[in-house]
Amino acid sequence: MPAKGARILIVDDEEQIRRLLKVALGGHDYQIDEAASGQDGLRQAAIFHPDLIILDLSLPDLDGLSVLERIREWSQVPVIILTVQEHEDQKIKALDSGADDYITKPFSMGELLARIRVAMRHAADTEDEPVIILGDLSIDLAHRLVTLKGKELKLTPTEYDILKNLAVHSGRVLTHKQLLCEIWGKEYQNETHYLRVYIGQLRRKIEPDATRPRYIITEPGVGYRLVAKD
Amino acid sequence: MEPERRPTPEELLAKIKAEARGKLTIFLGPSAGVGKTYAMLEAAQERLIAGFDVVIGWVETHGRRETEALLEGLPRIPARELEYKGKTFKEMDIDALLKRHPQLALVDELAHTNIKGSRHVRRFQDVEELLAAGIDVYTTLNIQHVESLNDVVAQITGIPVRETVPDRMLDEAAEIRLIDISADELVKRLQEGKVYVPERAQQAIQKFFRPGNINALRELTLRYAAQEVDRRLEQYREEHAIAGPWPVREVVLAALSPSPFSAQVARAAARLATGLRAPWIATYVETPGQQISRAASDQLSRNLRLAEELGAQIVALSGNDIAEEILALARRRNVTQIVIGQPLRKPISALWRTSIVDKVIKGSQGMSVYVIPGTARAREQPAPLAAAKHKTDIKPYIESFSIIALLTVISKVAQPYVHPVFDLTNMAILYILPVLYTAVRYGRGPSVFTAILAVSAYDFIFVPPFYTFAVSDLRYLFVFAVFLIVALSTGTLAGRLRTQAERARRREERTSVLYALSRQMAAETNMQKLLDTVVRAVYDAIGASAVIYMSDSTGNFKVQAATAESEKLATDRERAVAYWVYENGQFAGKGTETLSGADGLYVPLKSEQTKLGTLGALPADPERMTLPAQRRLLEGFAGLASLAIMRLQLAAEAQQSKYVAESEKLRTALFNSVSHDLRTPLASITGAVTSLQEEGVYDLESRQALVETIKEGARRMNHMIGNLLDTARLESGMLKLNKDWCDIQDIIGVALRRVSDTLKGRPMRVDIPTELPLVRVDFTLVEQVVVNLLCNAVKYSPPASKISIAVRKGDEEIQVSIGDQGSGISDEDKDKIFDKFYRLYSPEHISGTGLGLSICKGLVEVHGGHIWVDDAPEEGSVFTFTLPLDRQPTIKEPVEREGDDSAC
Repeated sequence: MPAKGARILIVDDEEQIRRLLKVALGGHDYQIDEAASGQDGLRQAAIFHPDLIILDLSLPDLDGLSVLERIREWSQVPVIILTVQEHEDQKIKALDSGADDYITKPFSMGELLARIRVAMRHAADTEDEPVIILGDLSIDLAHRLVTLKGKELKLTPTEYDILKNLAVHSGRVLTHKQLLCEIWGKEYQNETHYLRVYIGQLRRKIEPDATRPRYIITEPGVGYRLVAKD
Repeated sequence: MEPERRPTPEELLAKIKAEARGKLTIFLGPSAGVGKTYAMLEAAQERLIAGFDVVIGWVETHGRRETEALLEGLPRIPARELEYKGKTFKEMDIDALLKRHPQLALVDELAHTNIKGSRHVRRFQDVEELLAAGIDVYTTLNIQHVESLNDVVAQITGIPVRETVPDRMLDEAAEIRLIDISADELVKRLQEGKVYVPERAQQAIQKFFRPGNINALRELTLRYAAQEVDRRLEQYREEHAIAGPWPVREVVLAALSPSPFSAQVARAAARLATGLRAPWIATYVETPGQQISRAASDQLSRNLRLAEELGAQIVALSGNDIAEEILALARRRNVTQIVIGQPLRKPISALWRTSIVDKVIKGSQGMSVYVIPGTARAREQPAPLAAAKHKTDIKPYIESFSIIALLTVISKVAQPYVHPVFDLTNMAILYILPVLYTAVRYGRGPSVFTAILAVSAYDFIFVPPFYTFAVSDLRYLFVFAVFLIVALSTGTLAGRLRTQAERARRREERTSVLYALSRQMAAETNMQKLLDTVVRAVYDAIGASAVIYMSDSTGNFKVQAATAESEKLATDRERAVAYWVYENGQFAGKGTETLSGADGLYVPLKSEQTKLGTLGALPADPERMTLPAQRRLLEGFAGLASLAIMRLQLAAEAQQSKYVAESEKLRTALFNSVSHDLRTPLASITGAVTSLQEEGVYDLESRQALVETIKEGARRMNHMIGNLLDTARLESGMLKLNKDWCDIQDIIGVALRRVSDTLKGRPMRVDIPTELPLVRVDFTLVEQVVVNLLCNAVKYSPPASKISIAVRKGDEEIQVSIGDQGSGISDEDKDKIFDKFYRLYSPEHISGTGLGLSICKGLVEVHGGHIWVDDAPEEGSVFTFTLPLDRQPTIKEPVEREGDDSAC
């Protein structure tokens, strides 16, 4: 077992999924530990000290959300939630309760690996990078400067704030609530339409084709995500 | 050739109805002691031997040995014991009998009156219930108890009989067996003590059993039976469509009044109608001037009920001229015979008033008029019109007194100045004005009062000798007389007009209440609201608390709607009455002859074939309930309510059966879908996986292709499962709309991203204007619509053909169109393709559940939009859906905040 690999704890009651993840992630040099129930997951998390946890939301004994909350009581380990498509509410709750990201079943392995990498990087990076470069788009946080193909873009302060927030967490999903709270303040956390309007404006400025956005990805019913750096 | 005469549907229906009921056999005799019970038991024994299930419900043997011997072998339902006024009485136990449900029940003494507390007032009603339950009944009856012969028997024997049985019982009887013995034989049997005679009636009985009487009764009985046979022959002819001599149809009309003597008129008319085999009508004319007392109105409702019992159709009229109204009705209904009573007038009034009877006779061209003279017995209790007690209001009297006083004072003061032009006679005319005024305003009483007052004042003040009531000039007496006549006639006229107007108004009110109710009910689609409307209408219209009893979904018969203060109608006892009404489809409760001990009056809610429930009313003034007008109004309500309830029930049933049929279809289709459509991708996955397991057979490229197959199969399965789930959610109504402001461009973008694999290799044309308003929708559901339409476009168009998306903004909606370059859709398919499991015929098999478009339709419609398909300008189809636009929300720039980020 390669010692250098990060340690990942998989908490899922379905054996098929655990076996699949173990094989697939093991192939990418991750060390895998498994738990088939919420209680078991909590115990393993304490003993195994994983670098990342993949947590299924529907567990036989404990609700996935309460497992997440209990872990968050003592650890900031990145947590990726596994869920089925229909449960938007659960995703939002989990993200607002401190999950780093989510992935919907059925998922592709490439997608999962990308999410894992982003989550690990954000957990590791403690310093803010001054300039974030995503393809043709570069965001210079120090100078509040956004350029597309080297050309400076004129963004309103609100548009810049949104882009900055997304860029700092690039690759990760931010819920509507998180964005609204951060930019407008807590009392505006349900005014989703503010975001719809500003994201639309922002896209028209930074996206080559606003209908097929390349940078700002909508997570239906959940929030937005700026694509990851790689 | 003679045309074939077929029985009319009504005739056949009556026969079918008669066949489902039990058969009634009446053992009819001229008097007690002829051996009816004996004959009945004998016949029952024969049936018992023939293997029938015969049970005795009630038999009176009066201890005669030979009769008792015949009871042997016949099972008997024990009598029910009832307490009444401290004594114990025995009655037939109808519930036990119904429960036992024999083929044949023996019920002696059809005319018997049950003790208070029994279900029905009369035994014949018990028998009717047994018949309705399909039980055959043998019963006995003496001729003097036949309703229509009641008067005749009383005339023959001089003994009135109160317990009568309606003629319809005899009409409905399947068989009437005549039990007859000679008068001598009967007298002999009486002397031998073989005839049961209650001790207290010894003397009357002696008078009754005179050979003359007996023979008269025997003749009556034989004639009656002969008439019945004749009638049956007629019935047979009708059933078998034998064309006989078809006389012009006779119709009998009886004019009834609130007098007890009218009962005789009704009986006479019924007899006449039976003799003529004619239908008959009983009418009553309400006149505006008439003050009718409570007792009289009770008598009237009794008379009308009697007529109804005797088979009459009741027509209530209202008008000034009784004779004219009767004649008009007679002409309208082609009446051939009119039966009318000659009231006994005081001889004086007969001199100057033309009687109603005279008028009717005068105007009755072509009709025969039978006048029944009033008898001494009837005169004893004339309709107590004088007893009409309407509250005497003192106000009009005070007012007229004041007016006269004022007028007198003014006249007295003014007299000296106007004397030359204004002589005493003119003064008298001045006094007519207050008389007229009070007449018009308050009616006869006050106007007469005013007239007397005016005459007195005039006489006292102005007529010499002054200040006495003495009159020196006889001319003034003439003035006084004119005064009084004016007062009386105007007062009467005005009063009558007012009452007539009042009555018309009330009638109008009733009609409009019913009309309003029917309109309200026509618009109602919710059952509970409908029932509430009905009880409220009853409450408003007749001031009665009301309830509706119906069976709920679990079969519990209970109150489903009630007005205030209706608790009294919700007790167990009342419920039982309501249930009886529901079961039997007849009136019961207070003011009726069935279960009259109940507090409320109950009317069945029913349609031709279905029992629906019971409408119960508890009037604030219970006596009023017996008035025919009130009952008819209640019946009107019940009729309207029944229709409306039926309408809703039928609609619900139709909906239900449609739903059942659809879910049946859905189940079948789901089955096909799961078994076929899901297995296809599964097969490709399994195939590819097992191929990959064979090592060293496939090169890298082939392995890649197999992996692609697996991926595609999995994607398709996921899509299908999504569609099935969406359909289930739409069907079950569990779909929760999570509406929020959304950017339609964003929705399309997400959809395009989700189906990017499917769209691979397809040129896309996307036309979305900038600055579109936001729409308030559920993001993921609208995204699903776009995804389904895109998948559909790909599925039904040739590979590599173009797919276009266009968004347009209308005034109140946003339109999204998705076009393909497929083979298009025929006009007849354009609506059907949105149905579940509808799939277009296509040469190559196209997999899918056939649910995609129906889901689109469902999802668009829950958002208040529409979806349709058009032909594309060149080739292919364009699917368009709309989403309504709401008022746009306001957008706020964030304010610079300092240091409270921690709040998030």
